[in-house]
Amino acid sequence: MFEVPDSLRYTETHEWIDPETGRVGITDFAQDELGDIVFVDLPDEGDEFEAGDEFGIVESIKAVSDLYAPVSGEVVEVNDPLEDAPEMVNDDPYGEGWMVRFEFEDADLHSADEYEEVQG
Amino acid sequence: MTDDARVYEQARWSDDNRYEPLLNEKDETTVDTDTSLPDDLTRDTLTLPDADEPVVARHYTRLSQENYGVDSGPYPLGSCTMKYNPKFTEDLAARDDASVHPSREETAQGTLAVMDRLQKHLARIGGMDAVTLQPPAGAAGEFTGILVARAYHRSNGDERSEVIVPDTAHGTNFASAAMAGYDVVELPSGDDGRVDVDALRAAVSDETALFMMTNPNTLGLFERDVREVADIVHDAGGLLYYDGANLNALLGRARPGDMGFDIMHYNLHKTFAAPHGGGGPGAGPVGVTDELAPFLPSPRVRETDEGYEFYEPAETVGKVHGFHGNWLVLLKAYAYIERLGDAGMRDTSGKAVLNANYLAEQVDYDVPYGPPHHEFVASAGERDALEVAKEMLDHGVHPPTTKWPEIVDEALMTEPTEAETKEALDRVAAAFNGTRDSNADDAPQNTTARRVDQTEAARNPRLSWHALDDG
Repeated sequence: MFEVPDSLRYTETHEWIDPETGRVGITDFAQDELGDIVFVDLPDEGDEFEAGDEFGIVESIKAVSDLYAPVSGEVVEVNDPLEDAPEMVNDDPYGEGWMVRFEFEDADLHSADEYEEVQG
Repeated sequence: MTDDARVYEQARWSDDNRYEPLLNEKDETTVDTDTSLPDDLTRDTLTLPDADEPVVARHYTRLSQENYGVDSGPYPLGSCTMKYNPKFTEDLAARDDASVHPSREETAQGTLAVMDRLQKHLARIGGMDAVTLQPPAGAAGEFTGILVARAYHRSNGDERSEVIVPDTAHGTNFASAAMAGYDVVELPSGDDGRVDVDALRAAVSDETALFMMTNPNTLGLFERDVREVADIVHDAGGLLYYDGANLNALLGRARPGDMGFDIMHYNLHKTFAAPHGGGGPGAGPVGVTDELAPFLPSPRVRETDEGYEFYEPAETVGKVHGFHGNWLVLLKAYAYIERLGDAGMRDTSGKAVLNANYLAEQVDYDVPYGPPHHEFVASAGERDALEVAKEMLDHGVHPPTTKWPEIVDEALMTEPTEAETKEALDRVAAAFNGTRDSNADDAPQNTTARRVDQTEAARNPRLSWHALDDG
């Protein structure tokens, strides 16, 4: 089974967001589906996105996938170390492998229970 | 799979002498240079590796034995049309009179005549009116074709913003359209793996600049509704682009121009048997209708009363490659077309389709979409397509393209080409079927290089011999 922390909220496109900190990443399920991640392309601080916009790209040895903003808001922090160590997304998708931090108002997102249904 | 089923054993040397000393580690000789060129453009001395001819010959022979190519055995890498490259075209390209300096256009009438005839051959084969030979690859052809389409729309005062691409298309289609500044609209395939005509009708608008289509598509299926597709795109004011990657299936039998396509590229290194080389050079000429001909890249070749000459089309998009394209690739393709003739072209596509269908029948894996033309996409089902591919290497067969197109689970995209005999096809089928009941995850065992660490190669690429110094 894949890890789905109760404290986080989820999108149907397999991103997670921490409602407390605004940190965003991809789920344990997503990193496993993608396989070894070799490159992560992230936005700049200050970039603004609407929920559902593409905010970056994650590339694995199998595929290149878009990252979709789980909320509308501004990117206030980027996890720069991922540039040199994309494997952190595989090793620790909810921790060291976080991607960006959003400042946002409110959002329509799935709970952990609901996301487990999405994983199927 | 049992060990004795792995019939192949590639050349291999013990670790001590497996790799020849690198040429840069050899003794070096410094020679004085003496030229009439200006001092600021020259060096006083030149350091050359000091290796004698047998050492160099053995170095490259060993490297070639550690490699695998179309001269080694079957190479059914789907969508790439890795057909055998006939040696007479190499002989021709090696002749002194083929080595014309590209600036010698006034005196190189023979070269220009070959280019003019190749333009005409390609136009006739594709049902197009005008051809440029400049683009150096298929993707470069796509990009050129899209630039021509953009220039055409703009000449009508028409700024369109979208290019529509089916979800089974080559990744280059998406990239070429994006490079030309267009928004890419991805069109989902219908249940039969073909273009969904209703979905296309809903997708087109007065923003549609171009619809890019591969026929047969990347599943090897003929797009039967192509005339209706052409009408839908043209009624919206858009143009229809033919990706020539799979032209080998239609050669001498059907022409994109007759189907309503306005622009197409030809992959000379696929359909017309020029080598793919180590990633190049290739050639991706572009054909267009009369209406689009004024926008083709410069220069083109034409025949006049005084002989052949280069000229600049009236509303040209400019140059897309240095000089006149990859001349020796053009020459090889021209020779191949002349040698085969019309009957040979027709025979080529017939055998390519027959071979793919025979092989599809012999393979024990499911082939979910059909009937195939020149290639088929099998599904490895529960197995990882990558493991199947790696295991096939141990049978002395180059594996198919894996995991693409994505609408087939664990895809094994297979294109045997017309050049393989029945015995070779049976060998490919045996390689496929030998993996059927295996769960090996340690293949290949019988190749010079074992399992390559793709992840490490992507995360920490070492792209020159300088990287060896870093350990």
